[in-house]
Amino acid sequence: MDFQLSEQNKMMKMLFQAFAEEQVKPMAAEVDEEEKFPIENVKKMAENGMLGIPFPEQYGGAGGDILDYVLCVEELSKVCATTGVVVSAHTSLCAAPIFEFGTEEQKEKYLPALLSGEKLGAFALTEPAAGTDAGSQQTKAEKVEGGYCLNGSKIFITNAQYADLYVIMAMTDKAKGTRGISAFVLERDTPGFRIGKKEKKMGIRGSATCELIFEDVFLPEANRLGKEGKGFSIAMKTLDGGRIGIAAQALGIAEGALEETVRYTKQRKQFGRSISKFQNTQFVLADMATKIEAARLLVYRAATLKGEGKAYSVEAAQAKLFASEVAMDVTTKAVQLHGGYGYTREYPVERMMRDAKITEIYEGTSEVQRMVVATNLLR
Amino acid sequence: MKIIVCVKQVPDTTEVRINQETGTLIREGVPSIMNPDDKAAIELALRMKDLKPEICVHVLTMGPAQAERVLIEALCMGADEATLLSDRKFAGADTWATSIALAGAIQKIGADIVLCGRQAIDGDTAQVGPQIAEHLNLAQATYVSDAVLGRGGVFATRKFEDGDYKLELPLPCLLTTLAEEIDVRYMHTHHIVRTMKERKIQLMTADDLKVDQRELGLKGSPTRVKKSVTKSAKSAGICYVDNPEVGVERIADYVKGLNIL
Repeated sequence: MDFQLSEQNKMMKMLFQAFAEEQVKPMAAEVDEEEKFPIENVKKMAENGMLGIPFPEQYGGAGGDILDYVLCVEELSKVCATTGVVVSAHTSLCAAPIFEFGTEEQKEKYLPALLSGEKLGAFALTEPAAGTDAGSQQTKAEKVEGGYCLNGSKIFITNAQYADLYVIMAMTDKAKGTRGISAFVLERDTPGFRIGKKEKKMGIRGSATCELIFEDVFLPEANRLGKEGKGFSIAMKTLDGGRIGIAAQALGIAEGALEETVRYTKQRKQFGRSISKFQNTQFVLADMATKIEAARLLVYRAATLKGEGKAYSVEAAQAKLFASEVAMDVTTKAVQLHGGYGYTREYPVERMMRDAKITEIYEGTSEVQRMVVATNLLR
Repeated sequence: MKIIVCVKQVPDTTEVRINQETGTLIREGVPSIMNPDDKAAIELALRMKDLKPEICVHVLTMGPAQAERVLIEALCMGADEATLLSDRKFAGADTWATSIALAGAIQKIGADIVLCGRQAIDGDTAQVGPQIAEHLNLAQATYVSDAVLGRGGVFATRKFEDGDYKLELPLPCLLTTLAEEIDVRYMHTHHIVRTMKERKIQLMTADDLKVDQRELGLKGSPTRVKKSVTKSAKSAGICYVDNPEVGVERIADYVKGLNIL
């Protein structure tokens, strides 16, 4: 068993660390405070090849591995969870299903622009009445001559306002239930498609989370991803991969909070000495660091399995379940160790705590991850 | 056209610890980085390549095997080729012996332009670049903040305290660059993957160079470190802004107060 990062992983990490520290960190508080989508940094990430990391060079990707991509989301999320999820949603939820389930024509048409970062991607499954019960899709794609007519709406869509390409799930045959769902690629400027209300959120406030509205949107047959009726399966497999991205985001948030807390507890003096000298502080820090390391191993293992083409669905669920709960736990403790200052916006840990919560919810709640793990145990 | 960029791996610290007995740097336990001025030199070379993709950017470093790391970083930024000049015979070299070895390697590889950082953060001598230029009889410009290729030469901007100097240098030439004036690019994921696949690093030893080996390493170094001292911090002092007559009186009073007059 090899717990080492490869030389390539190490160089990638060096790049992501420098980029996160110099470009992303200085913007993080503003991104949160002003609910500002970090568009300038998205452009800079595109220039440095960070929006197509785990895809082959033939489509304009970097040719890196899944662990390279995980390191990217992790390092970004250490300083700004919003920036982390922009990359995760674009890569795991839009580029990945097109790469894995698209025809050669679709890959050639969409991937180069997505992987170079010229275009940003999003994924739309959730609806007002179809959250965890994703099979209850109301958005319909009715067969018409030459393609489909799309009607309905999606909610809570990451990157929505800034995306150019969307992978959309819609019912093509309601009678067949989940087997009546199909996947489509939708381009931003398609007539009948518009962006609806923007959500006001607790955390990851810079990420543009919006409603998508479809009114008689015509989608040519060529835009259907995979076979008709295979959409639910495509969505579930896409989310398996997406969970690795969110687990990496959660890991990054926890690491960022620990770094801030180590620094703070060394500086903060009470009763005549640094609070890091107190055993209570030391024990809490030790627990935080240990949980982070356990989360890291789960996340990296899931990434490695996916990279090796092995089954990884259960491991991805375990990684996301554990890393997101560690993120919540570690950030809460970070705020506690910062005391009153931790509750203010003068220090970043309160933002990290708010950001951590979503990792227990999106791309499958912790309860869904437990269902995946338990189903595998009891089959 | 070939541009050779000389880079150095240095300890990542502003507080370099020195072994008081030997007068040498203690490198153990200190992470190493690419010298910032040298990174600026790579950036200038890559900017020239951005405009003329046929330019080959070759990075050169002298050091032990682990110095390969800075070459890998340079390749990951977009450099085309790299050479590691490594041999026990180079060990303990001062700036003179270092510049002899680097000049020998540059002569062997062949270059139209040589770019060096102004100085390294571990030694701060700013001597190696100009010495290489002297050994190879190259036109040189130091403290360069910008440089572009012109017809048959290089237009360089030298940053001095009293202003900028614009120079035109014929080829071949050598420039030394300033980190604080040049925004350096990041590594690129595509270059990282390519670098790791190809590993285009050539190893060169003392025997590969047409130089007098007596001039290499510690033996060839005329510098002798007698003693190293850490400068003690000085206070900011007191500043009086007044006309000269009053000023002289105030200073005289102050000095009298110290009982040294």
